[in-house]
Amino acid sequence: MNFAIFPPEASRQAHEVDLIFLALLAASVLILLGVLVTGIVFAVRYRRGSPAKRGQLPEWINREVEITWTVGTLFAFIFIFWFAGVTFLAEYKAPPNAEEIHVVGKQWMWKIEHPDGAREINELHVPMNVPIRLVMTSQDVIHSFFLPALRIKQDVVPGRYTTTSFNADRPGTYNLFCAEFCGRGHSTMGGRLIVETKANYQKWAQAQHHVMDVAGQGRALFTRMGCSGCHEQKDHTIAPDLAGLYAGYVQLTDGRVVRADDAYLRDSILQPTKDVVAGYKPIMPSFKNALSEGQLQLIIDYLKTLSGDGGTP
Amino acid sequence: MTDATLDHAPDKPGDDHLGYLSEGGHTLWSWLTTTDHKRIGILYALTITVFFFIGGVAIAIARLELVTPAQDLVSADTYDRLFSMHGIIMVWFFLVPSIPTTFGNFLLPMMIGARDLAFPKLNLFSWYLTAIGGIFVFVALLAGGTDTGWTFYVPYASNYSDSNVLPALIAIFISGFGTIATGINFITTIHTMRAPGMYWFRLPLFVWSMYAVSLAIVLAPPVLAMALTAIAAERVFGLPLFNPADGGDPLLYQHLFWFYSHPAVYIMILPAMGVVSEVIPCFARRRLFGYSFMVYALVAIAVIGFSVWGHHMFVSGQSAYANLVFSFMSFMVAVPSAIKVFNWTATLYRGQISFEAPMLYSFGFVGLFTMGGLTGLFLASIPIDIQATDTYFVIAHFHYIMVGGTVSAFFAALHFWWPKVTGRMYPEAVARFAAILMFFGFNFTFFPQFIMGWAGMPRRYGSYPPEFQIYHVLSTAGAGVLGIAYLMPLFYLTWSIFYGRRAPANPWEATGLEWQTPSPPPKHNFERMPVVDTEPYAYHRRSEAPEVETQTDQNEQMGGTP
Amino acid sequence: MTTSAEDRALREPWDDLERQRQAALTGIWFFSASELLFFGGLFVAYAVNFYLWPHGSMEAGGHTGLAYGLSNTVVLLLSSAAVAVAAASARWPALGRFSRACVWVTMILGVAFLTIKGLEYRHDIEERLIPGPGFPIEARGAQLFFAFYWTSTALHAVHLTVGLGLLLRLAIVGARDPQWYSKTPAVNVTALYWGFVDVVWTILFVLIYLPGRAT
Repeated sequence: MNFAIFPPEASRQAHEVDLIFLALLAASVLILLGVLVTGIVFAVRYRRGSPAKRGQLPEWINREVEITWTVGTLFAFIFIFWFAGVTFLAEYKAPPNAEEIHVVGKQWMWKIEHPDGAREINELHVPMNVPIRLVMTSQDVIHSFFLPALRIKQDVVPGRYTTTSFNADRPGTYNLFCAEFCGRGHSTMGGRLIVETKANYQKWAQAQHHVMDVAGQGRALFTRMGCSGCHEQKDHTIAPDLAGLYAGYVQLTDGRVVRADDAYLRDSILQPTKDVVAGYKPIMPSFKNALSEGQLQLIIDYLKTLSGDGGTP
Repeated sequence: MTDATLDHAPDKPGDDHLGYLSEGGHTLWSWLTTTDHKRIGILYALTITVFFFIGGVAIAIARLELVTPAQDLVSADTYDRLFSMHGIIMVWFFLVPSIPTTFGNFLLPMMIGARDLAFPKLNLFSWYLTAIGGIFVFVALLAGGTDTGWTFYVPYASNYSDSNVLPALIAIFISGFGTIATGINFITTIHTMRAPGMYWFRLPLFVWSMYAVSLAIVLAPPVLAMALTAIAAERVFGLPLFNPADGGDPLLYQHLFWFYSHPAVYIMILPAMGVVSEVIPCFARRRLFGYSFMVYALVAIAVIGFSVWGHHMFVSGQSAYANLVFSFMSFMVAVPSAIKVFNWTATLYRGQISFEAPMLYSFGFVGLFTMGGLTGLFLASIPIDIQATDTYFVIAHFHYIMVGGTVSAFFAALHFWWPKVTGRMYPEAVARFAAILMFFGFNFTFFPQFIMGWAGMPRRYGSYPPEFQIYHVLSTAGAGVLGIAYLMPLFYLTWSIFYGRRAPANPWEATGLEWQTPSPPPKHNFERMPVVDTEPYAYHRRSEAPEVETQTDQNEQMGGTP
Repeated sequence: MTTSAEDRALREPWDDLERQRQAALTGIWFFSASELLFFGGLFVAYAVNFYLWPHGSMEAGGHTGLAYGLSNTVVLLLSSAAVAVAAASARWPALGRFSRACVWVTMILGVAFLTIKGLEYRHDIEERLIPGPGFPIEARGAQLFFAFYWTSTALHAVHLTVGLGLLLRLAIVGARDPQWYSKTPAVNVTALYWGFVDVVWTILFVLIYLPGRAT
């Protein structure tokens, strides 16, 4: 018979989450048994007409006892909060050298793009023991990227990027589910996570149809859509220089200074009049209807390489 | 004719022991234009019963679909509409009204020694709003239902769904307005209509629970009303408030929705806690343990419950900082609930416990609520929630509390106050059997859902990978047993109205002013305004209980305003 | 012995007018709290969108009809004054007719508000300030601003109309028996409701008409 209990633990993080789960389970079973056993013992011992001693409650049961068990419960719960919160804080940010993979959710499929240009639909191949950061968005409604074996889940939201990260350490094939109701294809919007050994991953990666690496594709789009026409003028009077832009700071016309992260780049392309760089006029046209989500990501990937390190902010 | 026959015979109109059931008129019109809080409670009871069974049928079909992994009984689209209508009907047309509008309406004035609520006509108007909302539910159902889930997340609900979203939104909006009116009615009644000597700290806990729930009812549903109005504005007039294409934020909707919907679950549980606090002392023949802590706990749950809504959004894309704050507050709100469980258990100590149906349901409540509440701690822990949210783990969690908790308490209330409301006793042996069957059917249905949820089974799926099938089969089988357990009271309670033994004024020898009236009570409840000079739950002499804060101290603190 | 005015004013389940008044005032205050949260949700949406898109919001704010908004604010403040005088004077049985006259003044001003609003809506429609294709302002966030504008002013107008209904009822019942005003809590309750509608308008005035004017 084939049935699931715990999903496999495909990462150290998954293992830590399971430890918290088991600890909570043990505590809960104890508490539940405490309540149930006490309740049953009282129900039997003090059933109507039984010979057990009744009358006044013992002296020691008083206001102090009530306060004690209230405060005790409070501290126990604060402890659990701290225990779980610390794990969350340790895991929620990807390390700076994480490999970035792009995910776009749409009704009703997942589109995945690797940094080297390999593309997948409803499947995610990753090498083991490599930190991975997923940068995700949706093309239409809210979906949720759920990998039970890694104990991670993250909603993908139209109009913004969300991220999650992991480091898988166990080769195998695991479930991928959409976990936010998105219409009639919601149940079928699943797929597979395939964790490969480094060697197998290389083989797989080489066998992929490589269009071009993402940065190269982005460059091609950058030229084709006319961006280079303004942004690569030598004197940079019409449009700011984009070299070294990513992850740095930009001063805007209204005096604010903002960080040039993924969201900033995205907004600058889709709503260029929102935050105009100081010293420039708001003449950049919007590319809202000209670029798909995937194309937008490629251009952003290209712009990131202009910083020289392609790293995360 | 022997007395025994008279004792069990059906009533005829004009019989003089029918109290409010015949005073005030025998016609349908007299019922539809009544301002008697007791009759309005009955109108609500009939309404929510209808919706309970409709919501139940919807999910029964869905659970049948889930017996096999493939989408083979109904289409995915139909499945989506089934679970959505189940949620909408059960939340807004059963659970939220359930105890407050039936037992709250019926009992609140009597428990404080009043003739009626503060605004009797507003009370009738509230029922009409619920009924009109219910008509819109029927409109939505007959048109094919909505498929957005009871949560109506945007942009799906505002820009993508082609189902009957608008009638559902209107239904919820209108009935919500009725609920707010009921809340205002209850708060005003408790503030201004207590009988002489009924100081705040002499109020039965059921009254306190009505007060706490009314505070939440007045403050939370308006925000939902606005969130749903915004979706309607987007669908009907194209006004974009959350549309990301125009720069709007879908998460803003989620914040507004959950700001209501989390207090909503406390709206659903606080009255249940009030009921259990009435039943357990009565059948244990002991004062409620820790009365004042129980009162503070009720109010604390209502207040803190307004600060935890973001725990529904841990994976939504909100910041890590927000996640931590909401996680912390969620742990805080669990503390008063735990206190209540300890105190109910402690009330049993040195009692004289008997196991009539209301007590069995209350035991069931304590056990199932504890389980559901403990799994809440799991979900308040962010790394666990990241795995468990949007899976069957969450579904099991909230059904343990809503169904294992609130519905059990509803049935406890139904049996406890049945003699008072109808003047008849229900058949005890059958009732006990149904209570036990319900407990087992419930666990059979929902416990497997915890396991498959943690194993990764997502929610709102009509088809799924085969490794989850065993759990779905168990769950559906359990649902069948649970369904039978719910149908049984429908039959034997109806039977008891005609053939049940006539009930005396106080069959359970319970404390509380409502038991000082005949069963069923006359239209104006009390012949003379009662004067209260005892504490609540005076099931035994004070000397048998530990001396904590005296009630006189409490009364002085509260200003002793009659 | 109760007068007929008291008979008319006293309702089930009350035995005396003072208790009934206390209850009515308690009720309307809690109702106002719930209404505050209703509009509060909308204010939060406004705040979030303003924070995300300050330029678009400011620009959109500059396109609102300030003259209409200002006139409406003055009209509504005057009407609140009128209804406050109505409520205060209602306490004296001798001033029953005067109180009723104030109720009429309030109503007339309320109708004036709706008229000005109607003219403003017509103007906005002519300028095509309705979110969707053809919306004249490019900046991101401007459409959201106007979505807020239409939703909030429409909801406010609905509330105001309900208020007019309450005032009309006061006028009609008071016509038959001006003594009723001094017995019933209805004048106070209506005045509080009307005051709440005015407070919401004042907030809306600030949020809708003032951004983007300082240039």
